[in-house]
Amino acid sequence: MAAAMPLALLVLLLLGPGGWCLAEPPRDSLREELVITPLPSGDVAATFQFRTRWDSELQREGVSHYRLFPKALGQLISKYSLRELHLSFTQGFWRTRYWGPPFLQAPSVWINLGRSSVMSSQGSSAPLSTSSTPPTQSLPLPPSNPWVWPMTLTTTFCAMLCCRGRWSAPKTSPPGRSSCPVVPRASLISFHLLQAGLSVLLKADRLFHTSYHSQAVHIRPVCRNARCTSISWELRQTLSVVFDAFITGQGKKDWSLFRMFSRTLTEPCPLASESRVYVDITTYNQDNETLEVHPPPTTTYQDVILGTRKTYAIYDLLDTAMINNSRNLNIQLKWKRPPENEAPPVPFLHAQRYVSGYGLQKGELSTLLYNTHPYRAFPVLLLDTVPWYLRLYVHTLTITSKGKENKPSYIHYQPAQDRLQPHLLEMLIQLPANSVTKVSIQFERALLKWTEYTPDPNHGFYVSPSVLSALVPSMVAAKPVDWEESPLFNSLFPVSDGSNYFVRLYTEPLLVNLPTPDFSMPYNVICLTCTVVAVCYGSFYNLLTRTFHIEEPRTGGLAKRLANLIRRARGVPPL
Amino acid sequence: MGLLSDPVRRRALARLVLRLNAPLCVLSYVAGIAWFLALVFPPLTQRTYMSENAMGSTMVEEQFAGGDRARAFARDFAAHRKKSGALPVAWLERTMRSVGLEVYTQSFSRKLPFPDETHERYMVSGTNVYGILRAPRAASTESLVLTVPCGSDSTNSQAVGLLLALAAHFRGQIYWAKDIVFLVTEHDLLGTEAWLEAYHDVNVTGMQSSPLQGRAGAIQAAVALELSSDVVTSLDVAVEGLNGQLPNLDLLNLFQTFCQKGGLLCTLQGKGLQTLLLMVLRQASGRPHGSHGLFLRYRVEALTLRGINSFRQYKYDLVAVGKALEGMFRKLNHLLERLHQSFFLYLLPGLSRFVSIGLYMPAVGFLLLVLGLKALELWMQLHEAGMGLEEPGGAPGPSVPLPPSQAMGLALYVLPVLGQHVATQHFPVAEAEAVVLTLLAIYAAGLALPHNTHRVVSTQAPDRGWMALKLVALIYLALQLGCIALTNFSLGFLLATTMVPTAALAKPHGPRTLYAALLVLTSPAATLLGSLFLWRELQEAPLSLAEGWQLFLAALAQGVLEHHTYGALLFPLLSLGLYPCWLLFWNVLFWK
Repeated sequence: MAAAMPLALLVLLLLGPGGWCLAEPPRDSLREELVITPLPSGDVAATFQFRTRWDSELQREGVSHYRLFPKALGQLISKYSLRELHLSFTQGFWRTRYWGPPFLQAPSVWINLGRSSVMSSQGSSAPLSTSSTPPTQSLPLPPSNPWVWPMTLTTTFCAMLCCRGRWSAPKTSPPGRSSCPVVPRASLISFHLLQAGLSVLLKADRLFHTSYHSQAVHIRPVCRNARCTSISWELRQTLSVVFDAFITGQGKKDWSLFRMFSRTLTEPCPLASESRVYVDITTYNQDNETLEVHPPPTTTYQDVILGTRKTYAIYDLLDTAMINNSRNLNIQLKWKRPPENEAPPVPFLHAQRYVSGYGLQKGELSTLLYNTHPYRAFPVLLLDTVPWYLRLYVHTLTITSKGKENKPSYIHYQPAQDRLQPHLLEMLIQLPANSVTKVSIQFERALLKWTEYTPDPNHGFYVSPSVLSALVPSMVAAKPVDWEESPLFNSLFPVSDGSNYFVRLYTEPLLVNLPTPDFSMPYNVICLTCTVVAVCYGSFYNLLTRTFHIEEPRTGGLAKRLANLIRRARGVPPL
Repeated sequence: MGLLSDPVRRRALARLVLRLNAPLCVLSYVAGIAWFLALVFPPLTQRTYMSENAMGSTMVEEQFAGGDRARAFARDFAAHRKKSGALPVAWLERTMRSVGLEVYTQSFSRKLPFPDETHERYMVSGTNVYGILRAPRAASTESLVLTVPCGSDSTNSQAVGLLLALAAHFRGQIYWAKDIVFLVTEHDLLGTEAWLEAYHDVNVTGMQSSPLQGRAGAIQAAVALELSSDVVTSLDVAVEGLNGQLPNLDLLNLFQTFCQKGGLLCTLQGKGLQTLLLMVLRQASGRPHGSHGLFLRYRVEALTLRGINSFRQYKYDLVAVGKALEGMFRKLNHLLERLHQSFFLYLLPGLSRFVSIGLYMPAVGFLLLVLGLKALELWMQLHEAGMGLEEPGGAPGPSVPLPPSQAMGLALYVLPVLGQHVATQHFPVAEAEAVVLTLLAIYAAGLALPHNTHRVVSTQAPDRGWMALKLVALIYLALQLGCIALTNFSLGFLLATTMVPTAALAKPHGPRTLYAALLVLTSPAATLLGSLFLWRELQEAPLSLAEGWQLFLAALAQGVLEHHTYGALLFPLLSLGLYPCWLLFWNVLFWK
C-alpha cells in the first residue's frame, strides 16, 4: 500500500475557486459536518462529511462555470452521462464485533458505477426518466468495454485500480449497472491542498496513526422538489477514521479534538453554509452522570440510529459565540466514572471469514454469520465473488445453524470462466435467533499459467470479502424522518423502516496461497527433463528399432581387420 | 543402453556385475558412510546466507526495555499458576486485555489412546489463551505468532512474562503490517495442536476443541519460546519438526543475525560431527522438538528458542532476549511473501554452516546402490537358472511369505492399542505397559513366521525360491528407503546404514546363526535402541543397559502416542512398511 495516502481526494474537491460574489444567489452550496462517536470498545470514530449540492442539469446543459462543484467530476458526469458514482478507498478493516455496525460500509476499495443509458427514457425508476426531454447524447461507453472506467477514475483520483477479469453484476442489483464490488489491494497516491473549516483537522500524520481509515466519494442526482421536475447534483465526500484509544489515549477512554488530531477548530469554512460538529454522548447505562463534554453544548439532538436511541451534542461553528469565546474550539469528553471493564456490547449481526484446511491442493472457504439477537431471526443476503483460480465445488456448499442444515431460500450461482469472470454466489439465508451459521464451500486451487502469476506469487492471492446485506431488528422503533430537516449525518445511515434497519457488512479479505512454481528453477528443470527424456527415449527407441542377429564368431585377427579397412576405403565389400 | 542391446557387451557387463559384486557392494557402502562423515568438512558445508531480500539487513532499532515488566509478569504468572494448579486463564485474559490485545480462549479435550506415563496424562483437558494485536489499517490477512507452550509444571513462566512484556511493547508501535498472535497453550504440544487444528478448522487427530472466535488471516511465521530462568547464558534453537520437516533456512538465518547483532550466544547442541549426528537423530525420530514443529504441517515457518542457563559466566537478561525477538518480528513484519527463497531441506553441522540437499543425497544414494547391485546379481542368477530350467511356472515361492509378513505388520500397528484392555484384564500390567509389551510380543512373534510358511513352498527348485523372495525383498526395501530418504533424509539414512548390509548378506546358506544375530541386531527396533544409546552418548550422558532398556520402552510408547496425538508417521512407517520388509529377509534366512 502506498505509504502516503491521500487526504486530499476530498480536499481537492472541496475548494473550488470561490470567494467572489455573484449577482444571483449561488446555485450551489457546501455543508460540512463531523460526527464523533465513542465506540463500544473504547476507540473513537470520527466521520467527516462534506456535501456539495449544485442545482444544475450537468448532463444536459453545456456547463462551463464551476464554483464549488469540482470541475473534474462535473466533466466526468457530463461526458459519460453518469447517473451515480460511488467510490471508496479504505485501509483497514471495520471490526464490527468490537466497533458496532459500521456507519459507512466500505470494503477495501469499492466502486459502484451507475450509468444512465438510452434506456432510461423508457421508464426506469431513476429520476431522470421523468424529464420530458430525451437524452441528447447516446451512450458513449460501449457496455463491452468496462475498462474505460478504471482508467478514467485512475487519472482523476490518482489511484491505481485494477480489476482482474470482467466486472460482474449480482443478480439482485438493478440492471444497467456495472459494479466492481471490491478490488483488494489497490494502491493509491494523492496530494494535498489548503484547508479551512473542519478540514483543518485533516492532518495527515495523525490520520495515518489510526486503526481504520476510509474515504469515499458519492455522486448522485437528487430531486429539487417533491414532484421531481428538476434535479440537482449532490457530491458527498466522506472520511471516517477510528482512533486507537490504546495508543492515542494511553489506555483511557477520554478524548479531545487536540489529542486526536493535534489541532483545534478555529474558524468555520467561509464557503460553507453549514458547519457543525456532532458528538455522541449516549451512555450505555441509564444514569446520565457518567460522562461530561466540554465546552457544554448549546443544543442536543436525539434520534434513533442503527436501531438504538442516540443523543448527540451539537456544536455549530457558524454560531459566532462558539469560536469567539476562546478563539478556538477544543471539544473534550471525560468519563467521570471509568466505564467498567466489561465486555463491549456485541452487535446483532457480525461475521467472520477464513480459509480452512492445509496443503496446496484443496481448501475450504468458511463464513461464520453470528446472529446475537436473543429472540428474533432475520434473513441475510450473502454475496460472494470468488476468483476463478479457486475452483469451487458447489455440491460441497453446506450451511449449518445450530448443528442443523439451513436451506437458503434463494441461491444464484454463476460459475466462473477461466481468466474471464469470477464465481458469483448469492444466497438468502435465514439466521435463527442467537445462533452461529456456518457457510462453507470447498475449492481446489488452480494452476495458473506461469506468466499469470503476480510478481510476488508467494505472497498469495487475495479473495475479496463477502458482502452481507441484512435488515437487522432494531432495539427501538424509529419514527419516519424528514430527510431535509434532520441533520445531514443521518444520511450516513441507511433507511430504517421503524422496526428494522439496514446493514451492509464486509468480511475480511482472504489471502490464499496457490501452488507456485519455483521461478528460479525452470531452466534447470528444462535441462534436466530434456536430458532424462533424451537418454531414456533414445535408448528405448534404439532397442525397439534395432534388429538382432546372432553374430558369427569373429575369425581372423589384426590382418583381416586391416584388410577390411583397406577394402572399405576402396569401396569393395569386406571379407 | 547400447551397451545392453549388444549381447556380447551385455554378457561382459553381467560377468562384471556377478564377479565383482561383493567388492562393489562393500565399496559402495563404505563410500556412502564416508560421504556422510565428510559432510562436516568445508567443501561440502557452506556458510549460511540470507536469501530473502526483505530481511536482508538487521537495520531495525530494537527499543524493547521491558525487562522488569517481564519479570513482574513472570512472577505473577507463576504465583497464580501455583495457586490454581493449572493455567491461570482468567489472569492471562485480564493481563492480555490490559496490555491492549483482543483476547480469546479456546478449550480443548483429548482422551489419549492410552495413559502417557512420561508426561503423566491420560484424559487431557485444557484451555489455550491467545491475544491478537491488530495491525492498524490492515485487514487481518496475514499474521505472525509468538507462542509459549506451558507444560504441567511451571517451568515456562519467564517465557510467559517475556511474551506479555513484548505484547505490551509491540502494542504501542504503529509500524505493524501483520497481526501478531500471542499464544499461551496448556499441556504444551497438545494445546498447540488443538489451537492449530481449530485455527485451520481441520480435525487431524481427533482432538475435541471449541471453535476459535478470533482469527488473523494466514500465519506467515511463528516463534516458540521456552525460558525457565530470568537470565540465560545462551539461546538454543530447535528446528526439527513433525516427521522431520524443517523450517525455511532463512528463518534460522534471521535468528542468527539478530543473535550476532545483540551479542547473544546462540547455539546448536554439540560441535561439528556431533551436532550433525544429533540433528540427524532428532530429525529421524520424526517427533516435533518443540511446539514449533506442529506449525510446519500448515506451512508456517517456525522455530523454537530455548533459553539455556548453564555455568558460564556471561549471562544475558530478558531484555537481550526480548530485543532479539523484537528484531526478528520486525523483520518478519517486513516480509512481502512467505519465506520461500532459501532451503527447506538441509542439515546443520553448526549454526552458521549448512549442507544442502544436493550434497547430502549422494550418501544415501551410495547405500541404496548396494541393494541395487545385489538385486541385479540375483536377477542375473535367476535368469541363468531360468534358462536351464524348462518349466518355471511351478514355483509360487516368493509371493507366499508376503501376505503373512504384511499381516504381522498390520497386527503390530493395530493390536497394541486395540487390545490394551484385554491385556490389562488378563495380565497384571498398566495400559501403557500393556501396549509396549504387546508391541514387543507381536514383534518377536513375527520371527516365528518362517517355520509356518516354509512347508507351503514347493521344493521343486531349491534355490530359486529364496532368490526370488530376496529379490523382491531387496527391491521393496530399496523403494521404501528411497522414498523415506526423499522426505526425511535422516531417517532414510539411518535405516539404510543398519539395514542394508545384513539385507545384502541374508541367505539360507553359510553361518546362519551369525546372520540371524546380525539381522536381529539391525532390525528396526534394534536400530531404535541403538539410536537411543548413540543419542545419549552424543549428549555426553551415556546410558547403562538397564536405563537404556527403560528408555527404549518409553520411546516405544511415545512413538505410538505421537502417532495418535500429532500424526507422527514413524510408527506406521516402521510397523506397516519396514518391519514386514525385514521379516522377508528373516524368511530368506530360514528358507528350507
